[in-house]
Amino acid sequence: MEGRFQLKTELAIIGAGPAGLCAAIEAAKNGVDVTIIDENKKPGGQLFKQIHRFFGSEEHLAGTRGFEIGNMLLEDAKKYGVKVLLDSVAWGLFPDLTIGISTDKKVSILKSEKVVVATGAIENSLSFPGWTLPNIMGAGAAQTMINVNRVLPGKKVITMGSGNVGLIVSYQLIQAGAEVVAVVEALDHIGGYMVHASKIARMGVKILANHTITKGMGDKFVEKVEIAKIDSNFNIVKGSEETIKVDLVCIAVGLRPLSELCWMAGMRFEYLSELGGFIPVHDENMQSNIKGIYVAGDVTGIEEASTAMEEGKLAGIAVSQALGKLRMRNQEASSILNEARERLRTLRLGPFGEYRYQAKEKIISKYYN
Amino acid sequence: MDKNNLRIENHPVLGEYIKGKEVKITFDGKVITAYKGEMIATALIASGIKVFRYTPKKNMPRGLFCAIGRCTDCVMEVNGRPNIRTCITPVENGMIINTQIGTGQWKEGSN
Repeated sequence: MEGRFQLKTELAIIGAGPAGLCAAIEAAKNGVDVTIIDENKKPGGQLFKQIHRFFGSEEHLAGTRGFEIGNMLLEDAKKYGVKVLLDSVAWGLFPDLTIGISTDKKVSILKSEKVVVATGAIENSLSFPGWTLPNIMGAGAAQTMINVNRVLPGKKVITMGSGNVGLIVSYQLIQAGAEVVAVVEALDHIGGYMVHASKIARMGVKILANHTITKGMGDKFVEKVEIAKIDSNFNIVKGSEETIKVDLVCIAVGLRPLSELCWMAGMRFEYLSELGGFIPVHDENMQSNIKGIYVAGDVTGIEEASTAMEEGKLAGIAVSQALGKLRMRNQEASSILNEARERLRTLRLGPFGEYRYQAKEKIISKYYN
Repeated sequence: MDKNNLRIENHPVLGEYIKGKEVKITFDGKVITAYKGEMIATALIASGIKVFRYTPKKNMPRGLFCAIGRCTDCVMEVNGRPNIRTCITPVENGMIINTQIGTGQWKEGSN
């Protein structure tokens, strides 16, 4: 280690994805000194691999593609003077709000008055014999390769999981020049939005409900998979096995919060399967049970980039208020916070949003009412 | 699409792939063309390479898995240094990349 540094900022944000950037922009707009830490070489989190148009209403930037939103956020962050430390791993978050950071060979300690943890999520995997073979990868990994790195990892694809990630990535693989043989779904129904499913169905992609991948085969990398029907108890139906030639398997079986730093800081958690697993408990201002540490985005429950952005904004406004930087009367401040919560509510309407809304409400009513 | 170049040159949404300056890298002794700004894994996959390392105990092949630097499945020996996450490490002209066997080997003089 070449040196030890102590850095200072008013608001430290971990993660420069949609939630972290939005929190940063809102706080910086109010005159808060903001530093974002991100382990990647470029900010934007997973926004830059999302090339589809977002849903929602105009205020949620619906109709705009993910990477365009990423560019807009980066411009705003720059405009309001947000400092971004790239290539920097936050390896520790302590209850006294200090953050341990490694940048190349330097270690530094960042002291701040408030922290927002916006570390996002990681893809789940599915283990079956042969699942470790090269070219069996996360659907998000394939999406990164085609849309960010501009290279096609396989030409004949099977996708496991028909949630929105599985459906959208399958479509984007076709856009990138691949053939998608099938999307396999263990449940008896398609998991994601019908609009995404119809789009690939129209292009001739088979969506096989009540099926799973039972084997990945190949000498040095995947060359074939075996799929099979499963019954309502998720047992394999003997005799239904079928072998399919593929050179890429995309696993899209959900995501889980990337919450190591939250655990490390000593946050309280609640297990909510609707939101992807253990969720750090937070109040309606996104503050965790550790005073001064806020959470936003997928780390607080797996949703979408649009909800992550709104949660980030909410956290950014709440932090500004807590730091006494909102130049307005309390009444006005609470109406701004309410507006942010209202925008989140409208994103959680409909059959897909409603259960996530209910899950978030469960936390609030259990711990804060 | 050329078997030896799996780059997506034209994309219906993203348009033409604007490449950086051409660089040469060496994979297991073989020279490969890559472009500045590309990750090592990108350049290898573009050249049809899928196996990045073999595991220490069972000698099983591994390749790209998460593509965002979290899972460490894609680590290789880069310029004499093992365990480099190739999905998030950009190429440099003259870079020497080797398939990593087990925990890999440190070359004298690398840091």
